[in-house]
Amino acid sequence: MIEGIPINHILIFSTLLFFIGVYGFLTRRNLITILISTELMLNAVNINFVVFNRYLYPDKLEGQFFSLFIIAIAAAEAAVAIAIFINLYRNIKSINVEEVDKMKH
Amino acid sequence: MTEVFFYLFTAIVLTFAVLAVTTRRILRAAVYLLFVLIATAVIYFITNFYFLAAVQILVYVGGIVVLIIFSILLTSHLDQRLEKPSALKVLFTTIAIIVGAIVTTYTIYGYNFQSNGREPEDTSVNTIGKQLLNYGDNGYVLPFEVISILLLAAMIAAIAIAKRDKEPADD
Repeated sequence: MIEGIPINHILIFSTLLFFIGVYGFLTRRNLITILISTELMLNAVNINFVVFNRYLYPDKLEGQFFSLFIIAIAAAEAAVAIAIFINLYRNIKSINVEEVDKMKH
Repeated sequence: MTEVFFYLFTAIVLTFAVLAVTTRRILRAAVYLLFVLIATAVIYFITNFYFLAAVQILVYVGGIVVLIIFSILLTSHLDQRLEKPSALKVLFTTIAIIVGAIVTTYTIYGYNFQSNGREPEDTSVNTIGKQLLNYGDNGYVLPFEVISILLLAAMIAAIAIAKRDKEPADD
């Protein structure tokens, strides 16, 4: 627990960060900027896990382990997503979401 | 002192997050994401999770952001601006996120968070490593192994997807 900072302030901070990520996810059209917004949202979730661990269950390390696993999965997801983007760009010369409808039947 | 640092870095995170989702130059969005991730690592340092802060800097800043910047350089023209989202879309999205944020804030203030009041566990790498590879109570060896398989699968998938086909190619 950090002295002088109530848990509500940190939770509101991570809420704001999450909804900024949602804003980017809904308004952007370029696939890479959508990926950046997803990373912002994952980051907000990580902050929540860490804060619950530190404030509510300080004798455990569960929140930290979940954050570590989220970071590892985010790395795997970013690698596969970027491989897909590069392949798309090679095939249709664009990574705008509206033009990526080649697999639609 | 800690409080000043904490509020300073939350302000930095939120400012650069807003810039990252609103800027019209794509490379700048990636650099703003970099600042957000570093400032988040500082917040982890403030909450005494040193190992997590180090992993955040290593994997996110050293890995993911570099990967994103490479893919931007491969797929976009740097002098080209992203088109503006339509005003209607911005309006509806803003309404949606404001409503979502208000509902979440209301829930946070309505819930009474109670600490269990125990002494803090030390967060040294020694403790973390022992608990991560422990298969008894509170052990995390199964997710650890599953993550390692996932990383292997992701690596093979990334190579298989991005590999150029051999046969066609008159370009």
